[in-house]
Amino acid sequence: MTIYNLYMFDKTGSLVYYGEWVRKKPATMSKEEEGKLVYGMIFSLRSFLLKISPTDIQDNSFCYRTSKYKLNYYESPTGLKLVMNTDLNSSPKDLLKSIYAQIYVEYVAKNPLSLPGEYINSELFAQKLNQLVSMSPIYSQRNL
Amino acid sequence: MSIHSIYIVSKSGGMIFNYDHNYPKVETERTFNFPLELKLEVRNKKLIVVFGGQKDAVCAGQTLLSINGKPICEGPILEDGTNVVEFLTNEANFPTSLKFGKSRMSTNEKMFLGSMFYPLYAIASQISPEPHSSGIQIIEAENFKLHCLQTLTGVKFILITDPKFVGVDIVLRRVYEIYSDYVLKNPFYALEMPISSTSRSMSQCVPGSFVSIQIVVSVKITSILFREVMNIRVSQTFGCIAKTFDILI
Repeated sequence: MTIYNLYMFDKTGSLVYYGEWVRKKPATMSKEEEGKLVYGMIFSLRSFLLKISPTDIQDNSFCYRTSKYKLNYYESPTGLKLVMNTDLNSSPKDLLKSIYAQIYVEYVAKNPLSLPGEYINSELFAQKLNQLVSMSPIYSQRNL
Repeated sequence: MSIHSIYIVSKSGGMIFNYDHNYPKVETERTFNFPLELKLEVRNKKLIVVFGGQKDAVCAGQTLLSINGKPICEGPILEDGTNVVEFLTNEANFPTSLKFGKSRMSTNEKMFLGSMFYPLYAIASQISPEPHSSGIQIIEAENFKLHCLQTLTGVKFILITDPKFVGVDIVLRRVYEIYSDYVLKNPFYALEMPISSTSRSMSQCVPGSFVSIQIVVSVKITSILFREVMNIRVSQTFGCIAKTFDILI
């Protein structure tokens, strides 16, 4: 049960935060380029799912599985998009919701000095995020 | 527990087959008084709700399907030629019963969607944090599940089912078998071209997917088979040919 990494995008599509815990395959491109690729992919995937869905989609989260990892997506009502790659057996929907509610809202949205669209440089945010993730049952000892 | 639809995407990314088995109809019919509390707009020759309505009943994104039971054609006009927009702005026609629902996708839209899946599949294996990942195999959304089987030759079989469906692997493999029997062994079929649904095979056999196979024997079978197996590794070629000979004999 591992968590690989987490991307956060704001509603315009700029990468707001990237957190990494385990990464076995080295990144082939820079962080910004990878962020753009991931954003483009989840944006297209989301509109694809809306169109192809037989009934209207009310929920704003989905996930997909490949042979090696699972990508979980959660969109907050304000347009903040959280993308988390985990292993195949995890179901981190609640974790994503609590990352938004307890960490982002408390330490970024309520921060008077943070500007929308800017990368989150706050150390407190990173610390609290790591704390929340390591306390979650999905996070395994292997990550340490 | 049902299959909604099946798509087959070729190696180069174009959609070559689509079949809607059980597409749930989302329709609501209600009587409306003048003035309408919904805002309608003409898009792609259809009337779409752009604003108004509640979540459970008529909501934004749905199309006007019929008025007083009479279906609406492209235009948007009724069957007898009356313009729907004029009909709805005329107070004398109210109260009237309007039916809204999710309109069926046109073939072009389906081809567009099928082709859109191909790059998403490829990017998923690129952004993987683990090495040697395949592309997307399952997408889970709230009200449906999408399964994808990529064969060794690059053809993707996409199945859209409701979330509780089990045994998808069996169905996907069976569709693959039917594809290789009826499409690839058809001497008049050109690779990566859309599969014609007027030919008896695919559209009749996919729904009755456990019907016994009838092999079409033709002089050109061997050449088609060799063309297909050229893409597969050599060690499997002999297994494939042997299997076909078993069936033929």
